[in-house]
Amino acid sequence: MTFINYAAREINCKIVYYGPGLCGKTTNLQWIYDKTNPQAKGKLISLATETDRTLFFDFLPLDLGQVRGFKTRFHLYTVPGQVFYDASRKLILKGVDGVIFVADSQEARMEANVEARYNLEKNLKDQGYDLAAVPYALQLNKRDLPTAIAADEMYRQLNFKGEPTFEAVAMSGTGVFDTLKSVAKLVLQELKKK
Amino acid sequence: MYEEEYQQIKEILARLQIDSNSKIVFLVDKNGQQIAAHGDMAGVDATSLASLTAGNVAATDGLAKLIGEKEFSILFHEGERDNIHISLVAQRVILVVIFDEKSSLGLVRLRVKKASQELEKAFEILVRKSEETGSGRFESPFAEITDEDIDSLFSE
Repeated sequence: MTFINYAAREINCKIVYYGPGLCGKTTNLQWIYDKTNPQAKGKLISLATETDRTLFFDFLPLDLGQVRGFKTRFHLYTVPGQVFYDASRKLILKGVDGVIFVADSQEARMEANVEARYNLEKNLKDQGYDLAAVPYALQLNKRDLPTAIAADEMYRQLNFKGEPTFEAVAMSGTGVFDTLKSVAKLVLQELKKK
Repeated sequence: MYEEEYQQIKEILARLQIDSNSKIVFLVDKNGQQIAAHGDMAGVDATSLASLTAGNVAATDGLAKLIGEKEFSILFHEGERDNIHISLVAQRVILVVIFDEKSSLGLVRLRVKKASQELEKAFEILVRKSEETGSGRFESPFAEITDEDIDSLFSE
């Protein structure tokens, strides 16, 4: 749920990065953090295990500037991708405004992608959301790997509703901001309708 | 959130901070958005505090459900110098009190209880008000937002 504070003239939106384990959700956030100027960002919080696997969530607040006199702030979260952290994933989807699904382009991970997509749909439903209605974008990550399968094929298997889809290499930043911008736009357009 | 209630909520927080002799009093919604704060916020990353608190409460909530409890309404973290007291108000917002040895858990609990009742009332009025006015009368400032407005946010 977007939180609009009329008194402080602030608007806060929550965007969640979803996807299977090791697909690059945290890497997306890390890139955004590294490339944003210091005034616009807060601390990147990473609740991870000793081996850098996300345990609960990563969190990055991002100030985008003003729209119609309102300070616009996006809160970016990632979920832990590993299958057994499902209870945590569900919690993080609470109050979500937009979702970015990060898919792993390696052929061996396709099954995990599909499974995570269904898991997203189910967990959203449990929180009272419908993936068909939520602002949503698909990111095909790790396009640089030799084992990456064709983007068309991934699109066919993973695209849910014709959502904006981006090819990306999160390690080097390709496609990272494009994906974020597209969802941020969808979220703001959603506000317009309300 | 409307101006009038916002002021009232801020006053309640300010009083709680003084009465409980604490350092910071902080109100967050369950999604991790900061609503209001009072006290010495310098040197505290408020946004992170808000999101971690909400994450903490959400995880504890999940634990409660697992063992068949409706909720754990109070969380308390004790540190060497500072302590954090977290409680749920009206099942919708989270009240955080940070205090050191100048106060005590008992005092904080007592004052939080009183302030919670006041906050509960304020939020009740707030909810009723927003239901009465509905979304129709209170015009969203985003109704006229244009694609250019949105684009301009992203031009670096």
